[in-house]
Amino acid sequence: MTLADLFRFSLKGLTGHGLRTALSLLGVVIGVAAVLILTALGEGARRYVIDQFAGLGTNLLIVVPGKTETTGTVGAGGVPNDLTLQDAAALVRAIPEIQRVAPLTMGTEQVAFGERRRQVAILGTTYDYMLARQIEIAKGTFLPDEEMFRGSPVAVVGPKLAREIFAGEDPVGKIIRVGGWRMRVVGVLAWQGVKMGVDFDDLAMVPVSTAMQMFNRTSLFRILIQSSSHADLDMLRDKSRQLLTERHGEEDITVISQDALLTTFSGILAALTLALGAITAISLTVAGIGIMNVMLVSVSERTREVGLLKALGVGRRQILSVFLAEAALLSTLGGLIGLGVGWSAVAVLVRIYPAFPASTPNWAVAAALTVSMAVGITFGLLPARRASRLDPVAALAGR
Amino acid sequence: MIKLSDISRTFQVGNEPVHALVGINEEIQQGEHVAIMGPSGSGKSTLLNILGCLDKPSTGSYRLDDQEVAELDEAALTMVRRHQIGFVFQFFHLVHRLSAAENVELPMIFAGQPRAERRRRVASALEAVGLTPRAEHLPDQLSGGERQRVALARATVMEPEILLADEPTGNLDSASGRVVLDLLDRMNDEGLTLIVVTHDLKVAHRADRILVLVDGRIERRVAGDQISEILAMLAEDDEA
Ligand SMILES: Nc1ncnc2c1ncn2[C@@H]1O[C@H](COP(=O)(O)OP(=O)(O)OP(=O)(O)O)[C@@H](O)[C@H]1O
Ligand SMILES: [Mg+2]
Repeated sequence: MTLADLFRFSLKGLTGHGLRTALSLLGVVIGVAAVLILTALGEGARRYVIDQFAGLGTNLLIVVPGKTETTGTVGAGGVPNDLTLQDAAALVRAIPEIQRVAPLTMGTEQVAFGERRRQVAILGTTYDYMLARQIEIAKGTFLPDEEMFRGSPVAVVGPKLAREIFAGEDPVGKIIRVGGWRMRVVGVLAWQGVKMGVDFDDLAMVPVSTAMQMFNRTSLFRILIQSSSHADLDMLRDKSRQLLTERHGEEDITVISQDALLTTFSGILAALTLALGAITAISLTVAGIGIMNVMLVSVSERTREVGLLKALGVGRRQILSVFLAEAALLSTLGGLIGLGVGWSAVAVLVRIYPAFPASTPNWAVAAALTVSMAVGITFGLLPARRASRLDPVAALAGR
Repeated sequence: MIKLSDISRTFQVGNEPVHALVGINEEIQQGEHVAIMGPSGSGKSTLLNILGCLDKPSTGSYRLDDQEVAELDEAALTMVRRHQIGFVFQFFHLVHRLSAAENVELPMIFAGQPRAERRRRVASALEAVGLTPRAEHLPDQLSGGERQRVALARATVMEPEILLADEPTGNLDSASGRVVLDLLDRMNDEGLTLIVVTHDLKVAHRADRILVLVDGRIERRVAGDQISEILAMLAEDDEA
């Protein structure tokens, strides 16, 4: 008997009772579609995070005050030293491989233009920040490319802030009040949304030393270091840490590589996606039990047919393969339909939320199909064996 | 070609053994037409199942073409059923989702014959039973007589040596029964060994000889045309 003949015969066996076949297909369809959709969401989350990081610029190191790692003893003077503008300047001076350094300080203040005022985040930084973070300007210019200690009374505003307080007027060249300080608006940022928890549309950027006076601070929030090449990143991290440790007399800063952060996040989300896939694959096992159930009913309903086949000289193995082929057809067909349903659902999702890059990973597609087929054959085995072992005389009598 | 020596078949029902066949000795030659008669429960179907290698005797020897059937394994028995024996049943046993032609094709599919060959033989088998116009009909769309003729085409499409029929006309009216019996006769004339279990004297009458089973034993052997003898015997049974 050829494989084509076997499957043709088995297919007829399935179409004999359409509703029952359709219901057991449904189990597999839902299982496979669920694997596809959930892993697409997990993968989407991973890509979303990667995109977010990528939007923040590449080859970046971030210096944060304070030591995050636990050390053996609480040293004398546990309070970390300030991370100062002098530190930032020292980094530029001492380490030639550093392409640029952007000191950062943050706070909130009231920004007012005429009668309109708005409480927003104030980001104190330098011209280099724009280059490191790849920030786009919609109008005017960014903060002036000046010495970081020199705080000119200028500001760059986010597009939402501009819309709210200028109400249609051109902000560039206008004087605003930030807290008690009068500043000239030199530029408006392009719309870019929330990045890493900061709403870049609704803030004002001012030169870092201005901001530090404004907030009466001595310590920076953090320092961004950009390297010209990815290969230098580890070396730069060590050198920066060393330099700042020397300057402070103790290691009271942490240097984080953005790539390391990204790798960590990406790894966590990939694991999450895998877990989602595995959990939904369990639902395929349930679908397999559904297939077994249907096949058992089919075998007992077709007892006489099995008896007849035996009387016609059909062997045990052939009867086994007929019922196994039916189970395999059910699960494969269900798997393929599930694939279609899952893919369509993901496509619809991407259409509705284009910002969320949902996409089923290939391994999930392969795994869903393999698992569903394996499940079908595994759970089809018991009913098929039962059929093949029927006594021909009893089977013909319907017993 | 068929040689039964001291065949018995005992079923165990609970603790009670049921002796369906006891000490059967019989030889049936190639091309013979034998009818098996007897009251209900006398072991006719059991004997036929043993002859068709669907069941095995509890004791005794069944030699088919000088081969001891008890020595054959499952695979070899499958081959015997496939190539040497055809079955026709009282309830037709057609596969209801398959058309007449597909039912006839069934044994050839599992025997692995090529499609073209199958199609050719289905056509000639259906023609032999006069059902060429009904080839694409499903069993539900056929009359009882037509269904039995499809079953007959299916039983003979593999060109077996022996055709076993258990009450082939039991569910048919006399007209369609006659068509089926005529077909059986014709196939027997062409050399097919025919063994028919029946209650019907008109059916048995066509056989070369009749075996009368009573309580699992061959009570009497008579020639097909000596119906009166059987009538007398059945009358005796009624009195008893
Ligand atoms: N599987 C079985 N288990 C137990 N007893 C059985 C079994 N098959 C048949 N018998 C018994 O064996 C005896 C012979 O049965 P068999 O079916 O051969 O009779 P039969 O002559 O074909 O009867 P009928 O004319 O009613 O078809 C009966 O007493 C029956 O009850
Ligand atoms: Mg019977």
